[in-house]
Amino acid sequence: MRRREILSLGVAVGAVPAARLLAAEMDAFPHDMALDPAFVPKPAPGGAPQVLTRDIDRRTITAVFDRFIPGDELGPSASAAGCVEFLDAQLAGPFGQGATLYRAGPKAVGEDALMQKPQFIATPRERYETGLRALEAYARRTHQGSFADLKPEQQDAILTGMEKGEIELAPEVNTRAFFELMLANAREGYFADPLYGGNKDMAGWKMIGFPGARYDYRLYADRTGEDLGLEPVSLVPKA
Amino acid sequence: MVSKRPKADVVVVGLGWSGSLMAEELTRAGLNVVAIDRGPWIDTSTHTPPAVDPDELRWGQRKEFLSPPRDNTVTFRNHAGQTAAPLRDYGIFELGRGVGGAGFHWAGMAWRFSPWDFEVRSRTIERYGRRKAEDGEMQLQDWGVTYDTLEPFYDQWERIAGISGKAGNIKGQIQPGGNPFEGPRARDYPTPKLKTLRIMELFNKATTDMGLHPFTIPCANISEPYTNPLGVSMGACTYCGFCLAYGCGNFSKSSPQACIFPVLVRRPNFKVITRSCVTKVNKSSDGKTVTGVTFIDENGHEWEQPADIVCLTAFQVDNVRILLNSGVGKTYDPKSGEGTIGRNFSFQTVSGTDMWFEDEHINPFIGTGGLGSQIDDYNGDNFDHSKLDFIGGAGILTLARDGAPIAKAAALPEGSPRWGSGFKKAYAKYYRNYGTIFNQGCSMPTRSATLDLDPTYRDKFGVPLLRLTYDYAQSDRNMAKFTMDRAVEIARAMGAAHVTGFNFADKAFSTAVIASDHVIGGAVMGDDPATSAVNPWLQSWDAHNLFVVGASAFPNNAGYNPTGTVGALAIRTAQAIHQTYVRNPARLA
Repeated sequence: MRRREILSLGVAVGAVPAARLLAAEMDAFPHDMALDPAFVPKPAPGGAPQVLTRDIDRRTITAVFDRFIPGDELGPSASAAGCVEFLDAQLAGPFGQGATLYRAGPKAVGEDALMQKPQFIATPRERYETGLRALEAYARRTHQGSFADLKPEQQDAILTGMEKGEIELAPEVNTRAFFELMLANAREGYFADPLYGGNKDMAGWKMIGFPGARYDYRLYADRTGEDLGLEPVSLVPKA
Repeated sequence: MVSKRPKADVVVVGLGWSGSLMAEELTRAGLNVVAIDRGPWIDTSTHTPPAVDPDELRWGQRKEFLSPPRDNTVTFRNHAGQTAAPLRDYGIFELGRGVGGAGFHWAGMAWRFSPWDFEVRSRTIERYGRRKAEDGEMQLQDWGVTYDTLEPFYDQWERIAGISGKAGNIKGQIQPGGNPFEGPRARDYPTPKLKTLRIMELFNKATTDMGLHPFTIPCANISEPYTNPLGVSMGACTYCGFCLAYGCGNFSKSSPQACIFPVLVRRPNFKVITRSCVTKVNKSSDGKTVTGVTFIDENGHEWEQPADIVCLTAFQVDNVRILLNSGVGKTYDPKSGEGTIGRNFSFQTVSGTDMWFEDEHINPFIGTGGLGSQIDDYNGDNFDHSKLDFIGGAGILTLARDGAPIAKAAALPEGSPRWGSGFKKAYAKYYRNYGTIFNQGCSMPTRSATLDLDPTYRDKFGVPLLRLTYDYAQSDRNMAKFTMDRAVEIARAMGAAHVTGFNFADKAFSTAVIASDHVIGGAVMGDDPATSAVNPWLQSWDAHNLFVVGASAFPNNAGYNPTGTVGALAIRTAQAIHQTYVRNPARLA
């Protein structure tokens, strides 16, 4: 039996009706050694927003990300580097759906303290939906304006309050954890391979001196302690 | 309806390092082997060629090579008075997603345990007296095998895996450049040690100046082209830095895929059933043997796989959970101390320090999963504990592993801004000037550490999750503090400008806080059926045709990564089966 058949067993293989009842069994060497298409990296789709479809949500997250990673002499801002598009694509995929998470209830009282880490039954997508709305409502309540329209100092004050756990956006939002989620995703967008929509022109990698997906450093490994000045390389094929 | 498959000589449950090493031995000896793995088929050219592998978001952050908690997780609590909660996201259990198990995504430190680690109890009593070994909390017991017994099997595993390294002790002769504290070896590693990178140069100089004994960590990252005894060829490592959580497109990292599958899958007496989860071992009517296993395929259909011999070779927690769900053996009761299934969970007691240099060029992007320098001066019983409030120790090491830019964004000197222009400035400066000293400490089991079945939470098949009750032993906590202080001294001697020590054991243990991923025990080996689930051949005391293989058998954890010891034990068990057990199916003596 060939590998292609093995992997597709049970997914309704018309030509082999009996296969439905067989477990996926392999009893010969897989002759097909070609790259499994499911394992080819998939570029972020681009185009219209899929999850962050409300203009106000996009304005809020853009403002937050650009306070996390502002444009300056070291490189572009998070949004200019594509981090908002990165986030939208991530939230539209398995990450946003919480596809790997164990989400069965109940969520026990004291669970977060026991784990020393907040745990969620809500998906990251749901957490963004409630979190961004609560953040916007908080800005309007305390500063009489949209978060995106506040002065940078006012935005920083709110973000710092969230980071330190000094403010609560809404009872249904774990404010500190929401801050950490946004910060983690901003960093991912800025430093992940450009394939995923962020790190445009490998700006994040250039900033720190990471040469990207080069895969072979044997020519350089012996030059210890040198600034090698390597230009980054990404998984996106050159046009 | 349960469908029944044709009977096999041996069914192997889980095709990671243990399962593939055993399947190779047993099929070579002529037995029919059926392996059942929960995950899909995953291999190098088909799934992780160099064009796919170096992707930190996908593999490092999203952990797509790990089995997702959704499918299989554990519940956890520190002590029996608490209600356990499920681990909902990835944590310390880094189970593999497909065939090859965790052996496909591991980093590659390829250690042998020290002779002391196998005889912790008797050697501690011998050197320091009974009170040191019996402190009222720790539950120490010897393994029933010694280092000398295991040495030839370590050697075989190292040959199959192609391990790179430099011996420190060949037949009692101390070798310059190696680890002078290691147990005597018959011969050197099959491939030379890897290159010495910048952070290692700094560590080697500082520790040598301090009178300590640095050496290059033995690695399953191969330093030169190599053909193993099975005739499988591997390539030289390119120092790409993408090992831990990644596959290896070069065939340079030893894995079941790189080292064993190419011959195993060609054998007509070997079959593998993928995407199928074994839920229990089936007991015979008299309860003295087992008749095979029950598994569920990806369509939810239940199957029986009969076999003369059952080898549980799944990840540590899965081995224990299958035993508990099968009712084989008696569940450990921490109150009475009776029962053996679920006894002696242990982990790894980790401390160390982060360090940042001014104007260095560490070039962290050049690296290899297991590569680094280590000192064993404070590991095991290599130093005098007479005046210390603990036993054991830690391998103190620095890593030349990866420069993963997403992960390292969190590694900035204390006081650096976490966001804003100040963050960018700090990260631009310190990304190439950062290093870490990691103390991989031993872990001693306690009387109250337990693995049993959770009363509330279940997996996607409705099978109860495993419940872990555990916290660090005080001896381990004291050890971690002691070794953290040593790491800080070394970091200062290396010339680091900013040094921040860390100690995971200065607070309660949590499965969600990833100090390490080396989980141990629950079906431990020994020569006393009252305190061990399996005998020194990893044969169940309760059913002589059941073998439980893997880190679940370790009665305690050493200050080293477990894979080499897992490999050695698996080969030894497989040889005992085909050389002795099949001729006389009974308890091995």
